[in-house]
Amino acid sequence: MKIIIRLTICLFLFWTANSNCQSKMVKIDGGTYIPLYGRDSLVVTISSFKMDVYPVTNEQYLEFVKKYPKWQKSNVKKLFADDNYLRDWKTDTLLNDNQSPKAAITNISWFAAKDYCECQGKRLPTLNEWEYVAMANKEIPDARRLKKYNEFILSWYEKPKTANNDIGSTFKNYWNVYDLHGLVWEWTYDFNSVLISGESRKDVDDDSNLFCGSAAVGTTDLMNYAAFMRYAIRGSLNANYTMKNLGFRCVKDAKLK
Amino acid sequence: MTNLNRVLSKVSMLIASFVLVVSCGDNASKDSVVMQDPATIVIKGTMEAELTAPPFVPAPVGDRPAKKLIVNMEILEEVGTMTDGVEYVYWTFGGSVPGSFIRTRVGDEVEFTLSNHPDNKLPHNIDLHAVTGPGGGATSSFVAPGHEKVFSFKTLNPGLYVYHCATAPVGMHIANGMYGLILVEPAGGLPPVDKEYYIMQGDFYTKGENGAPGLQPFDMQKAVDEDADYVVFNGKVGALTGDGAITANVGETVRLYVGNGGPNLTSSFHVIGEIFDNVHVEGGSMINKDVQTTSIPAGGAAIVDFKVDVPGTFILVDHAIFRAFNKGALGMLKVTGEEDKQIYSGVKQEGIYNPEGGTIQTMPNDGSPAVAENTNKSLSEKIASGKQIYTKTCFACHQSEGQGIPNAFPPLAKSDYLNSDVKRAIGIVLNGLTGEITVNGQKYNSIMTKQTLTDEEVADVMTYVYNSWGNNKTNVTTMMVSEVKSSH
Repeated sequence: MKIIIRLTICLFLFWTANSNCQSKMVKIDGGTYIPLYGRDSLVVTISSFKMDVYPVTNEQYLEFVKKYPKWQKSNVKKLFADDNYLRDWKTDTLLNDNQSPKAAITNISWFAAKDYCECQGKRLPTLNEWEYVAMANKEIPDARRLKKYNEFILSWYEKPKTANNDIGSTFKNYWNVYDLHGLVWEWTYDFNSVLISGESRKDVDDDSNLFCGSAAVGTTDLMNYAAFMRYAIRGSLNANYTMKNLGFRCVKDAKLK
Repeated sequence: MTNLNRVLSKVSMLIASFVLVVSCGDNASKDSVVMQDPATIVIKGTMEAELTAPPFVPAPVGDRPAKKLIVNMEILEEVGTMTDGVEYVYWTFGGSVPGSFIRTRVGDEVEFTLSNHPDNKLPHNIDLHAVTGPGGGATSSFVAPGHEKVFSFKTLNPGLYVYHCATAPVGMHIANGMYGLILVEPAGGLPPVDKEYYIMQGDFYTKGENGAPGLQPFDMQKAVDEDADYVVFNGKVGALTGDGAITANVGETVRLYVGNGGPNLTSSFHVIGEIFDNVHVEGGSMINKDVQTTSIPAGGAAIVDFKVDVPGTFILVDHAIFRAFNKGALGMLKVTGEEDKQIYSGVKQEGIYNPEGGTIQTMPNDGSPAVAENTNKSLSEKIASGKQIYTKTCFACHQSEGQGIPNAFPPLAKSDYLNSDVKRAIGIVLNGLTGEITVNGQKYNSIMTKQTLTDEEVADVMTYVYNSWGNNKTNVTTMMVSEVKSSH
């Protein structure tokens, strides 16, 4: 009995210690949604999961590279991150003066983001999970038809240097998640599962099973424009690419109760 | 073995025909140069392409051989000025709208490096209409921010070509300024001229109306509706006016490389006060001569040249004229030098030009009857009323003191023609007059339009005229007017 109690206390201590250095997560209730792209226009079912409230910050990533020196910029394998990896950092373990510790980490590759999440016992969200949460505005879970929601996203595309802003500086959405739009692009686990070829006008071919360009090009719907650009940026990436406007956040499967 | 024989015989036939072609070529060596398949042109050496921001163009290719041409193009998303007090986030090739001018010759092998600045948010690519290949290079150049892509192509067709971004949403990328021109000169280059400039039209769609201040976001709905707020040359209102005006000296030949990025509107490109001596129609090899206005489709271009003979400011417009005066499609070419009075006199005679006046006019012999009114006015009331009508209707041609304009509009003052026949005069006001008449010994051959006036107004204005400027003081009555009218 004592042993069990001790074990429990130990586990509890371990859990709290561990969770302290982890970012806050919220539960996302599963459901279905119809993505913009037409993989046979299938309704996608999302299981419940937990998502980081904020994107991973410079500060958090700094802790990570201190713990895992293989992800420091002088040590990183070129196969896993291109030359711009942590480009603005002063040294391997020092941010630059103009970088806010509370700003989203950017200039990281997919490999780095994936490893970061896994080291926290989490994972990268799938594209569908990310899109499912990101279609919410402040009030409703699917705001994609609202003009204001789309205008906000489009206006962000035109705002320069938002990557330097601190996390939490945009709106809190229906799921209590911040900054899905308005700060940085975010990696997803299967970022290139919906491919856009470089030649977007070609993506109307039936045989390519790609994002339906004709639907977006021929539309008057603002929604498609905002989302189409997001898919375009994903389509332009390779897993070792790093970008100044590209960060990430992690998710976790919701535990069955 | 038989196969080998067959191959050998084919090869020997090829060689034989080659010899034949060569011998033909010797007879007309110039033709054979023109006839050469551009794909087979061998390159000699490497050079880095000079890129220029508008309105300037790189140096002509001259007689340089085809080369490997290195082009480094950087994509920048940046805030710029649309017009005074209005800013816009432009997406650019090389930091300017339109993008940097690329100058090549036929047979060049262009090694194109497209870099997307790390601060940019979006992926981009480039579709050069001068490229023969899928997507015009777009498939090979799709590049994420902070990265670069390299691809190469051989220039096969001479001409002036548009390049633009073809990343989704394509219309938005173009509407934000992602277009420019690439020139492929023929072997030996285009004929030399004195001045060359780079002009490109584009239409812009902003959330606020034309002139609404502040940083204006792109308005997709307006773009879809083709409801442009700005139509401009070289990316902004006034890019080619004032200090930005292009210049030339009298006697020089000016060549303009004119493109149209669109995304939507076709340009009716015109230079006020000039006639294009030569136009490479649609930027291709066909040359049209003596052209006033050339049509440049969205995603198309034209090369125009003309000799400037007289000094002055020549206005470049999209002759869909509201775009020029209300939406910004206006530029200037300032020409300095000696005047040539034979070609253009300048002002020979100054007069007030007030065409048409306020009265609706119709051409002569369009006999719709006017409503007759019968009121009794004193002579002075009629003259006062008639003066107003005269100012509104007759003044533009016959002038303030009825003096007319020599050789154009006959005088009414002390006019023998007027005073000798009142009924004839009434008839002319009612029905107009075409053809030669003699007034005070001078011949006039012109048209006076039928005036849409009531009988009373005709009576009043004619009474005013007859009682002014030394005329015979006839009091023209409404009755006289209707008599003349019914006698017709």
